[in-house]
Amino acid sequence: MSKTEEKLKAPSEPLFSKKNKRLITDPLADNNPITIQVLGICSALAITVQVEQAFWMSISVIFVMVFGNLIVSLLRNLIPSRVRIIVQLVIVASLVIIVNESLQAFVPDVSEKLSVFVGLIITNCIIMGRFEAFAMANKPFPSILDAIGNAIGYAWILVLVALVREVLGSGKIWGASIFGNNLPGEESGLYALGYVNNNMMILPPMALIVVGIIIWVQRSMNKELVEEN
Amino acid sequence: MKVNKDANGYTFAFSIILVIVVGVILSSLSIGLGPLKKANVEVKKKMNILSALGVESTRKDGSDKYEQFVNDSYVISHNGVLQENLPEEKQAFSLDVQKQFRDKTIKLEDRLYPIFEAEKEGEILYVLPVVGKGLWGPIWGFIALADDFETIVGTSFDHKGETPGLGAEISQSFFENRYNGEKIANNGSFTEIKVVQNGSGFEDQKVDGITGGTITSKGVEKMVNETMEVYYKYFSKNK
Repeated sequence: MSKTEEKLKAPSEPLFSKKNKRLITDPLADNNPITIQVLGICSALAITVQVEQAFWMSISVIFVMVFGNLIVSLLRNLIPSRVRIIVQLVIVASLVIIVNESLQAFVPDVSEKLSVFVGLIITNCIIMGRFEAFAMANKPFPSILDAIGNAIGYAWILVLVALVREVLGSGKIWGASIFGNNLPGEESGLYALGYVNNNMMILPPMALIVVGIIIWVQRSMNKELVEEN
Repeated sequence: MKVNKDANGYTFAFSIILVIVVGVILSSLSIGLGPLKKANVEVKKKMNILSALGVESTRKDGSDKYEQFVNDSYVISHNGVLQENLPEEKQAFSLDVQKQFRDKTIKLEDRLYPIFEAEKEGEILYVLPVVGKGLWGPIWGFIALADDFETIVGTSFDHKGETPGLGAEISQSFFENRYNGEKIANNGSFTEIKVVQNGSGFEDQKVDGITGGTITSKGVEKMVNETMEVYYKYFSKNK
């Protein structure tokens, strides 16, 4: 965007106009990428066993999404339409490699925790979806807002699912025991009273069931979201 | 200037420029961060060795403490023979036992096994790397042996992608500690240490597995037994 364009545009649309604000707030609830669009389910299933992993995954996705949307939006008038999906894929893959390399070099402990899952960001359909549906047709600033909105909409569901699974499945939050010690022979707290962790919560299918419950709660609170059929 | 974005020439030109730009950025990033990544991996290895010795360390003091505790290191062959005059990349610390384990072109008999000799509180301990397979990917670790060459005094296990909360628990201290005091040999001959499911881990030569992590636990059993057998060949000859 050149300076003169910006000047011309500034009075017509303020930086945080109602429309721009909705770009951030909509994906948080009424148009959430996971619960409404049902995208990005694969990673919601894979890395929601522990809150810490889900948190770092979310941070990485926010980074990739914001810069990806920005780059695609800046290049949107240059990208040849026939190879646009490939171009988008190259952009998201490069950003993911940058994230992975930086994590390994500067925060190796986080990199170990996320291990292979960083690479899986490439396959996150939300990112490609936003590139194709939004950034290809919109100016850079709205694209950044759209990326922030969708990435945070993804992140909070991810962390919520992880919280439910970690508490019920391992009896921990962020790796810290909350119900006492459950080592055989040294039980304390709730475990001494006979409480047992639900190992089923750790298995992948339970992630889908937890997401399903969130969708149910959300739709029963807002009837407008329920489809006709 | 009006450019036809649907022309073949434009599509090719755009793709070529994109690939070159991305390639240059990524390769310079990788080369630029290379030394940092290598240093991180080395410190992690030193921390794992120290952890098997029962020494707490952080990324900051890992290298110093390694120098402090580990006195000597050498490499033996699959038949338990000490190897000398090895090239730099096959020296005990730089030898990548995981890569060697994965590389199908290296025969079992040609594999090399490093030994790290350490001194802690006046006692000589031997730290031995182990590599194996879990459910989803590689598992590895270090085992510290007392100077009777039989008794395990400490272990540290790690994994690449075992299921969090199940198989991944092998890297937790409660599981690692179960190996302490087990013996890899009795009356001068190698003996296996079994990972059991029936809660009889308190018996000799038995270790309790992890509930829900059976395949990973069995992977640990196989990894420890197969590797310890090789090391015991060396130790029984050189007591």
